[in-house]
Amino acid sequence: MSGTELVHDHKMEGWNRPPVIEPDGEAELLEVAMGPHHPSTHGVFRMDVALDGERVIRLKPVFGYLHRNHEKIAEGVSYLASMPYTDRLDYFCSLSNNWAYALAVEKLVGQTVPERAEYLRVILAELTRVQNHASAIGFLIQEMGASGTPLMYAFREREKILDLFESLTGSRMMCNYMRFGGCRMDASAAWLDAARKVVVGLPKFVDEIDNLLSSNEILMARCQGVGILRQDLAINAGISGPMLRATGVNYDLRKVDKYGIYDRFKFRVPLGEVGDIYDRYMVRMLEMRESITILEQALNDIPGGPVMNPTAKLRGFRPKAGEAYGRIESPKGELGFYLISDGTPNPYRYRVRPPSLVNLTVLEDMCLGSNVADVVLIFGSVDIVLGEVDR
Amino acid sequence: MAETMDQIFVLLKHWIVGLLPVTVQPIASVLLSVVAIVGFFPALFALTVLLERKGLGRMQNRIGPNRVGPFGLLQPIADGIKSLTKEDIVPLSADATVHFLAPVVLVVAVFLGFAVLPMGRNMVLVDMDASLLFYFSIGASTELSVFMAGWSSRNKYSLLGAMRAVAQMISYEVPLLMSSVAVVMMTGSLSLVKIVEAQNHYTWGLPHWYIFTPWGFAGFVMFAVAATAETNRSPFDLPEGESELVAGYFTEYSGFKFALFFLGEYLAMFSISGLGATLFLGGWSAPFSFMTWVPSWIWFFSKLMLSIIVFIWLRGTLPRMRQDQLMNFAWKFVLPLTLLNLFVAGLWRFLGNGWERWVVCSAILIVAYAAMGKVGMRREHFGPRSYHYAE
Amino acid sequence: MLGEGILKGLAETAKNFAGSFVSEERLTTVQYPEERIAPFEAARVFPFLVFDQENRDGGGPEWEAGLRCVACQICEKECPPKCIYIEKSKDKKLDYLGKGQYYPARFDIDISVCMSCQICVEVCPFEAIKMDTEFELSTTDRFGALLLDRSQLAKSNEHYHKIHPTDATAVDARLADEKAKVDAKAKAAADAAAAKAAATQPTNEGGD
Repeated sequence: MSGTELVHDHKMEGWNRPPVIEPDGEAELLEVAMGPHHPSTHGVFRMDVALDGERVIRLKPVFGYLHRNHEKIAEGVSYLASMPYTDRLDYFCSLSNNWAYALAVEKLVGQTVPERAEYLRVILAELTRVQNHASAIGFLIQEMGASGTPLMYAFREREKILDLFESLTGSRMMCNYMRFGGCRMDASAAWLDAARKVVVGLPKFVDEIDNLLSSNEILMARCQGVGILRQDLAINAGISGPMLRATGVNYDLRKVDKYGIYDRFKFRVPLGEVGDIYDRYMVRMLEMRESITILEQALNDIPGGPVMNPTAKLRGFRPKAGEAYGRIESPKGELGFYLISDGTPNPYRYRVRPPSLVNLTVLEDMCLGSNVADVVLIFGSVDIVLGEVDR
Repeated sequence: MAETMDQIFVLLKHWIVGLLPVTVQPIASVLLSVVAIVGFFPALFALTVLLERKGLGRMQNRIGPNRVGPFGLLQPIADGIKSLTKEDIVPLSADATVHFLAPVVLVVAVFLGFAVLPMGRNMVLVDMDASLLFYFSIGASTELSVFMAGWSSRNKYSLLGAMRAVAQMISYEVPLLMSSVAVVMMTGSLSLVKIVEAQNHYTWGLPHWYIFTPWGFAGFVMFAVAATAETNRSPFDLPEGESELVAGYFTEYSGFKFALFFLGEYLAMFSISGLGATLFLGGWSAPFSFMTWVPSWIWFFSKLMLSIIVFIWLRGTLPRMRQDQLMNFAWKFVLPLTLLNLFVAGLWRFLGNGWERWVVCSAILIVAYAAMGKVGMRREHFGPRSYHYAE
Repeated sequence: MLGEGILKGLAETAKNFAGSFVSEERLTTVQYPEERIAPFEAARVFPFLVFDQENRDGGGPEWEAGLRCVACQICEKECPPKCIYIEKSKDKKLDYLGKGQYYPARFDIDISVCMSCQICVEVCPFEAIKMDTEFELSTTDRFGALLLDRSQLAKSNEHYHKIHPTDATAVDARLADEKAKVDAKAKAAADAAAAKAAATQPTNEGGD
């Protein structure tokens, strides 16, 4: 068994760690590049996989196909002008990205946000979370081959939420809605009513997904015990979001940091136990239910008032020199913005901590020893968006 | 009148054959039936492809194709023209003869299977004494064409896909045969015509179809599962999975040859549905004794289409199983149950004619199914989980 | 029991299949381009320049005379992808308040670069640039046709009312307010000047 050696040809020199598991058998390893053109990767992403028969021996993720110089562009334009660019980071959850950046700048300057704006931020962030988890679950099932049926259901619900976004902010995905010191414009009472109607219809949809899939034996057979992530590895690697909570670690930034007004809402944090794909899928679904609870509370309690801090400046925004790190619990994990200001209108350094990228670093550990068919599923369960990974 | 409608194709054939000289009459009769089959089933295939796309669309809350012709009825013609006019690419290193013959072998083998299905009263092309045996031996040669396709492409990924497909088909041949053996046992004959005639009796208006007996119902369910796996339909379509590593054994086929593979697969689906209808659902016999005025071929084709609809339904709902789970399922679950089914069928014959045999046979089958299901799931540690929350 | 989850899933799919024939909730397809969804009022696609039909100063086409833009170039500075290019004019023309203002001799927006962020609309102090909702702008000319100049960008206030009624009415009210304030101030100044003139005039009364 120890006589087997990995074949060291030119491609394998890119592997930067010694192999973790040994192939059994004398045969050469089959090297496959999955991607960047692949029907099931969530964007342009490549995985170089070395296979022994069907088992994965090595896996190297290769990304950067969607790099758009976001951080460098931000150094050349004003703080306000970076806000539309943050929409395009995690393009599924543009409002969460907006909030994280606004939070970072507000910390930098020490600005407060009026009540109504905080409530609106929470409502939009939780709506974003619901539609993101719905699509994530839909895509996961699509990769398992249910010919897209749950995906269509998820997108049907997502359309309703996107219609809400469009009627408020003007755009379905690139919302550009938060500003430093509040929100760009107020939500009318008609919009709040429409939002309440949508929220009332959401539990039925979650039940539908539950019925269709949670006790489905084939799904259980494909997902349980596959792609297990150990708790200590998750903590050491800096994983955050539903992936971390599926391993059983109780860490949700909404409860830890209590940013915004999250301490006013009663909600629970679902935790998994085993850390496999099934746990991640179920944690996302239960989080959708908790988000619906938060939405109901927020839509009930939203007060009147202004939505923008009156002292906030739109143009000529020149923060004093300093640094700040603002982070939120985005649907994918901990999204953080680190800003260094040197007193000029443009930031000196603008750094995004992308949750998808950090969550991807453990992809190899999760996939070792599993089948090729499972690699696609494990990758889908990490729930990444390439806009965030590559910026 | 009902009699004429029932026998209309037979009468038509006799009339046409009567117009020809006596010496060629036997061969003309056979050729005419062959032409009818070769002409009709591909037309049904075209309709089924459209039905599948529209059915899947409706299940996914969308309309299927509806632009080409009213309700998309001309879509199959458009698809046919497209596949005929595509360039036929044969890889340079491929084995050209085998590459060419593979789809041909598939289609010919599947058409041969239609020769023994009784599609109506007196409407079987060849009435052999051992027609079921003939059907299964011909059906097994479809696996040969799958392997020819994968081998001749000289592409290691196609070969992988072909080997998986052949392994799957061989594993499921055994349950397929064993569930039919119960039927043969109870009828006492291998001839499909006699099997249908044995089911063509009515008691109190209800037919004697084998599906209405405990062993027949269990046999039908296992036959259906094995049939789905034999024809590589979802949830057993890993060899041709779209989101898998390769497109399977027909990666290297383009244009008309690909269309022939597609045709062969659907014809195999029709053929095996026809066989299932013949063995368990009474073939061309009517469901109630007062409905015997409806022509027999209408009943046969309705049952065929019903099976197709169930295939489409399964495809739209279920994710696909992984290869090793598929094989485990076949050998460790379905096969023992088919063997038990044989035993139960024998018990049915020898337990007299009253209600006792119903109770005993049903009880044995239900208990065995539930027990094996539980044991199987527990061994793999599958099962619904409960999640705890943190506040 | 084994198979229960599968049967539940099958029931769910069948419900959707049957429902797609009866309820609109289960068949959400909108067959474009025969059916279209009306755009939301807040929708934003690409900017356009507003011109007033009433304030005409001088000859030339209607849109040029009534253009609200005074070429302050704030939107050019604030635009994140820098897709606006403005050249100020050399002469001035009167705006709706009666003041002399520069106007843009060139105002180009490259809509292949524009990312519809609406920051130009937010920072414009003169309500001159607003977001349009026209999205069927495909063209076969790859290089020239997506660079819109002044004449293509200028659309009337009436058009603005049609696509964003509430916003347009609010803007009109605001501008009318300002004009009223300026008018009132001018009237007060004129009254004061007239009063002053009357006070310094010698009174011609009495005498023979």
